[in-house]
Amino acid sequence: MALIETFHLSHLPSSYAVHAALYRDVQNASFLRQQLLSGNTEFEYAFLDATSIISTMHALAAAFRATNDFMNNRLRSRNVHSETVFCLSPNNNIADSFRRFGVNDTTTNLLVIKICTGGEITTDGVRTHLSRAVDGAAVPFIDESLRSMTDLAKIKKIYKIGTSNNVGSAGKRNKSDISPTGSQMVLNGNQAELKERKELEVAILGLMALRGAT
Amino acid sequence: MAAATDNPPADITENLPDLPPSTLLPPLFNNTNPPPELLTQGAEALLYRTTYLVPSIPCALKHRPSKPYRHPILDARLTKQRILAEARVLAKCRREGVNVPAVYALDWEKGWLLMEWIEGGTVRSILDRWLHSTPVGVDASKRESELKDLMSRVGQTVGELHRAGVVHGDLTTSNLMLKPVSTADDTLASSHEEEGKQHQEQREQHLQGEVVVIDFGLAMQSVQDEDRAVDLYVLERAFGSTHPRAENLFQEVLRAYGESFKGAKVVLRRLEDVRMRGRKKSMIG
Repeated sequence: MALIETFHLSHLPSSYAVHAALYRDVQNASFLRQQLLSGNTEFEYAFLDATSIISTMHALAAAFRATNDFMNNRLRSRNVHSETVFCLSPNNNIADSFRRFGVNDTTTNLLVIKICTGGEITTDGVRTHLSRAVDGAAVPFIDESLRSMTDLAKIKKIYKIGTSNNVGSAGKRNKSDISPTGSQMVLNGNQAELKERKELEVAILGLMALRGAT
Repeated sequence: MAAATDNPPADITENLPDLPPSTLLPPLFNNTNPPPELLTQGAEALLYRTTYLVPSIPCALKHRPSKPYRHPILDARLTKQRILAEARVLAKCRREGVNVPAVYALDWEKGWLLMEWIEGGTVRSILDRWLHSTPVGVDASKRESELKDLMSRVGQTVGELHRAGVVHGDLTTSNLMLKPVSTADDTLASSHEEEGKQHQEQREQHLQGEVVVIDFGLAMQSVQDEDRAVDLYVLERAFGSTHPRAENLFQEVLRAYGESFKGAKVVLRRLEDVRMRGRKKSMIG
């Protein structure tokens, strides 16, 4: 049974919907990839490797940009779903973006995004089809699920975000924390990790938004 | 009306094309519900508050409407260049760990930019309130040290900005925000609005929070001492004119700035030159 989360993203027309479903232990990644390669029209989805996704916001931001580019007739790839994969990329290489963010034969953590630009596709329809198509365990599409899947080292490499800068700023923060009227809160390990993740996430959003700018 | 009696000069606005209302939103935001809330209007851009992706993520929308008096091709090019310059600088700063709003999304063809929403108030308004409030039962030296600490955080933040290779171009106390640091309590308190309000008031009384630099509309990437010194000079004048009582405290800003990055001391020496001649660089020699 697929656990589908449906979003009506801010600013997009209300007839547009973004469906997201997350799976772990997926067994048939190569089959799914094959459907995309052969252009099977029943498989109009963005199949993402969830290890390259840091948060729900990360994936939804890609869907948002892809949809906006779709509405303005500026798609660079075949359709709004391939564009969603491409929109995750920090550069203009489409094939590269599919390799890094798209499903590949060894994918076990899979994020499926379906963008409905018309009205005829229902959440139920997507759910039924995905339940049949994806052989894996459905998990809720929330940050907590993604947290255990994300390959942070891989993501940092893809977006060329070194840890050195972030570490430097974290060091500075700590200094200001000591000052009397600065933050008196001492971050514990978990909070510090969440903060680092958040910083990485917003740095990525900036790179995605600026992709293709000349 | 008096003007109707004598022969008025021909109305010069009569023959101009219909100006679009300056509050026209980019098409994408026309159906946004609730509609973006207009906050301020500058010479170049309009700033709104709205949401990004989901209703729980607030964000700022900056729109540079097209100027009807410019040639359409030039207009599109200028809009694109300016919106991109701002977004690039913001993204760069954020990656370098400077406290600035994150870039969420942009459309350089349509001239809009969505950025992280920064809670809190401007340093200007907070300082105003602070300097005009009469302390009750708080000893003056404690207040003084809190003020000094805020100044030091301002200096440090500007230093971080300059270290990242960015100069702001319009560094005033209105373009510095004091963002309350969220604590675990806050997440709880936010569910009870009344409590959250109290928290905010408490924080304002303590000048706590992170200094965040906003409005990079005039910013540029530069590591020139001159550009950096002019940034400090503009900030100094801003402090002096809006907060005469805080003017002497600017020394504290400069002290913290001087320690914030390698090369800051050179900028401070350059600031002396800038003070002597003003912001405009001499073109004589």
